[in-house]
Amino acid sequence: MHKKLAGYGGIGIVLLAMTLVICLGIGSVAIPIRDIVMMILHHLPWIGDDVKPDWNPSYEQIIMKVRMPRLVLGMLVGTALAVAGSGFQGVLRNPLADPFTLGVSSGSAVGASALIFFGLQYSFIGSFTLPFVAFITGILTLWAVMALSLDRGKIPTNSLILSGVVMQSFLGAIVSFMTAMSNKTINEILYWTMGSLSLRGWSYTLILLPYLLIGLSLVWGQAKSLNVLSLGERQAAHLGMRVERVKFIILLVCTLLTAAAVSVAGIIGFVGLVIPHVIRLLTGPDYRLIVPLSAIGGAIFMVIADTLARTVLAPTEIPLGVVTAFVGAPFFAYLLHRSKKHGRGGSL
Amino acid sequence: MIEVQKASKQFGELNALHEVDWSVQEGEWWGIIGPNGSGKSTLLRLLSGTEQASSGEVLIRGKAASSYERKQLSQMLAVLQQDGLPPVHYPVKDVLEMGRYPFQNWLGQELGNDPEDLIEGIMDKLDLRLLAKRPLDELSGGQRQRVALGQVMVQQPQILLLDEPTTYLDLRYQHQFMELVGNWRKESGITVIAVLHDLNLAAQFCDKLLVLQDGQVTGSGTPQEMLTAEHIRRVYGVEPVIVQHPVSGVPQVLISRHMEE
Repeated sequence: MHKKLAGYGGIGIVLLAMTLVICLGIGSVAIPIRDIVMMILHHLPWIGDDVKPDWNPSYEQIIMKVRMPRLVLGMLVGTALAVAGSGFQGVLRNPLADPFTLGVSSGSAVGASALIFFGLQYSFIGSFTLPFVAFITGILTLWAVMALSLDRGKIPTNSLILSGVVMQSFLGAIVSFMTAMSNKTINEILYWTMGSLSLRGWSYTLILLPYLLIGLSLVWGQAKSLNVLSLGERQAAHLGMRVERVKFIILLVCTLLTAAAVSVAGIIGFVGLVIPHVIRLLTGPDYRLIVPLSAIGGAIFMVIADTLARTVLAPTEIPLGVVTAFVGAPFFAYLLHRSKKHGRGGSL
Repeated sequence: MIEVQKASKQFGELNALHEVDWSVQEGEWWGIIGPNGSGKSTLLRLLSGTEQASSGEVLIRGKAASSYERKQLSQMLAVLQQDGLPPVHYPVKDVLEMGRYPFQNWLGQELGNDPEDLIEGIMDKLDLRLLAKRPLDELSGGQRQRVALGQVMVQQPQILLLDEPTTYLDLRYQHQFMELVGNWRKESGITVIAVLHDLNLAAQFCDKLLVLQDGQVTGSGTPQEMLTAEHIRRVYGVEPVIVQHPVSGVPQVLISRHMEE
């Protein structure tokens, strides 16, 4: 297992580094890969002083002030959603589960839309008002969904999913209503709900980072419990697991991750659903691999999707959620097809 | 080892168990028999701590089953369910390794010795070595049940609860399974409690039988004492003929058809 993790993890990190360097160079101003590598080395501690700056200083401005923060934020959002997705799939033991199944994203969207609708998105605490409120309403939604499905101290998985779906459609209706009633020429609510990473500086990264570090290590730490849980809740209890507690912790942590990601970047679908499945199809059902590799996979996928979003129709930006679904769905279909041919019966 | 004192269990209006008294000594092999809905599985759930008695007591080693920490209980007591393990895609060896869960901390690290030798030994005993890397969802029902037995063996319990473990197995696998449990018991001296539907299998393997009907105990004792024509007629409402097994001498139950002239 450790060898497998080191192998796949190594490949993943190399792929991520290559994706980063290539995607940093792509844009209205093309920047050579050599310059990007040297610039990054220059900014690293210890070895940085040995690298003499011999590149165009305006390149450094573009990379460090514009493209890098956006790309790093994209990585974190992708990682958060993919890790949350793997956690939700493990606890709900449902292949269709994703970070948005329990209605967290819709909850965040209601908070964000209401602010935008009433023109309050910069009140209270400036540009952080919207992410803050979206985060809070997202968490409140999970609480409501859990309260709805609670049955004598236990949360049965099926009623949890149903409550999530109900909540999602109800809150979705509110968002649609506000979107339709909004009479601005550029519909901000619509754009927010479709997800974007543009014009967000380093501060957003700093908000997201602590959630991500804590969330990733908690979910990864529970990977073995997720494995045992896949034998069924009763069997897990017989093996000594306090099932309700483990479920609650993972659901809560994954919700925090989702709400944090959604509140800074809007609703970016498909990452949390597809990346864990892709990893599962490549490496098998072991969550000790799925969780960390989904973290890397989510980052790679999001960086590529965001690069496409900002360059394909430049200077117009395509909403990120549109790109992730457009790229992700066919890729997923291909993997599903391949796994069928290998005789796994398309099982996920 | 296990003391059940006036244990009752109600599910709403339904009395699933009514004032059951029962005592199990260390190293015994008990069979729990009785018709469908007589409370056999409910009794097993009280023992395994997944359900609590509505009244009365279920004591394991002198302490109420419900008062143990979940992991503590699982270090002592293992359960093999009727449907065994679901057809997951994990390889056999990983599934066996999950039997160590009660001995691991919250990060999944083993608290005691490295269990590798233990798992290897059990794979040899159960003839699972060749299947070690095969995913569970590619195995037959009989093989999967053997893996389930392997998992509870890895758990190294002192008490084994079996809930109709042979239901989905054919004749050969039924006997193979029971023999494997028997060998394990001989080697380690564990206490076995098995809910069984097959009275003849129960008579062949169990030292003692507990007979339940409508949530109440109608008798407990050796198979010779319990499997009498009168008792079976009363509990199951069928017309039995009891014969002696020609080799082992244990009672075997044959059922007569209602012959009409």
